[in-house]
Amino acid sequence: MATHGNNEVDDKGEGGTREHRHAVERRAEPGAVSPLWAGPGEGLIVPGYRRDHEKVDPPGDFPAYRGTISRHPKRPLVPIPDMLTEVTGPLLGEDRVGESDHDLTVDAAGGEAQGQKMLLHGRVLDGDGRPIRNTLVEIWQANAAGRYWHAWDNHPAPLDPHFEGVGRCMTDDQGRYRFITIRPGSYPWGNHFNAWRPAHIHFSLFGRAFTQRLVTQMYFPGDPMFDHDPIFNSVREAADRARLIANFDWEATTPEWALGYRFDIVLRGRESTPFEEQDS
Amino acid sequence: MSGVTPEGALPPTPSQTVGPYFSFGLEWDDGPFAVPEGTPGAIRLEGRLFDGLGHPVKDALIETWQADPDGRFAHPDDPRGAVEWDSFRGFARVPVDDDGHWSILTLKPGPVPGPRGSIQAPHVAVSVLARGVLTRLATRIYFGDEEEANAADPVLSSLRGGEAERRTLIAVAVEGGYRLDIHLQGPDETVFFAI
Ligand SMILES: [Fe+2]
Repeated sequence: MATHGNNEVDDKGEGGTREHRHAVERRAEPGAVSPLWAGPGEGLIVPGYRRDHEKVDPPGDFPAYRGTISRHPKRPLVPIPDMLTEVTGPLLGEDRVGESDHDLTVDAAGGEAQGQKMLLHGRVLDGDGRPIRNTLVEIWQANAAGRYWHAWDNHPAPLDPHFEGVGRCMTDDQGRYRFITIRPGSYPWGNHFNAWRPAHIHFSLFGRAFTQRLVTQMYFPGDPMFDHDPIFNSVREAADRARLIANFDWEATTPEWALGYRFDIVLRGRESTPFEEQDS
Repeated sequence: MSGVTPEGALPPTPSQTVGPYFSFGLEWDDGPFAVPEGTPGAIRLEGRLFDGLGHPVKDALIETWQADPDGRFAHPDDPRGAVEWDSFRGFARVPVDDDGHWSILTLKPGPVPGPRGSIQAPHVAVSVLARGVLTRLATRIYFGDEEEANAADPVLSSLRGGEAERRTLIAVAVEGGYRLDIHLQGPDETVFFAI
């Protein structure tokens, strides 16, 4: 992702944003901007989404995480403006979520999961702080011993027959979600000698548009593995990594029952006016 | 301005890889079916996913999003108004198998209005999520039997790599549907978009 690997500042834009123009220039023929960027003309105008994710998302090529080496495109991503296909997206509804899908600690037969219970909650917001209502939140995680409910996970830690590690819920009208789960364990992986992932919970979000699709991982405060984990450190700026770490939440901590953690998620915000920076 | 988080706004949460162990969380029984089996006019859209060494990727999730056969989206931000096609979801999600193969059942989308009065050829937006992919990769699938529409498509015609690049986005018609392989890297590397 060449457009991700670069934070050069060049704010004097004419036609296209700096990221777009930058990427185009790196691609070929400096200054020759695709006609897609030339302006709205009389076509169908749709308000797009800000591209500020390009500065916070990891680069495609991050060799410390060995899996990226043969799996990142070597040619720069081709910038296209947000069109109808990109500003729309699946609005998946309640029919995807069962009544107890937000509670990962109790299985269908009523068996209880091993581990430290936690109440994990937060809000899904757009970049302007507006709640994203009624959107599907999916999580999956290892059990308290650091083992996944997955045939390929051969970490010799015990499986917990009462913990599958999958949760789903819909945000409410203030963008809030809430899960009851257990704190996952760290697990080893073969990336390098003595490699252990910091404890994490995987999150999947749709927002309201194809552009807003986000799959990420939530971490826990003060994890000793942070300095040793290339996946966490693939996010280049410390301030951006910090937004992947949940906060301990005393208010949500419940006596004799569960620790509270809060994790807010921000999906890309909308351009305030479509094409406002373009001078045609 | 675009690309910079405006004063007072919130920067987005960064992406992280889906990892190798997502299938128990993200695989849905009805995931590969943007329309139910037996839907009249349904097509199979399929292909394989390869890494830069030419090996099939076996731990990836393919997701698709597309217009309906009239070129409209079941979404309030379609300025022409949302329409619902009977039991058409527009979205499909399927993990690849051990050979990197994936397949969905859907309806062929219609042409979609584009910028400056252009018409986009029928296309399906695709997300590739995989171990070793830190940020979702976005590409598109066009249809090989839409030569005229493809020639006029604003995205395809903006590609600077010409035919070699266009080819990586155009599925060939096969029995019952269309087929296109996706290459994350290498000589046949698929065109991926910054969106
Ligand atoms: Fe994981």
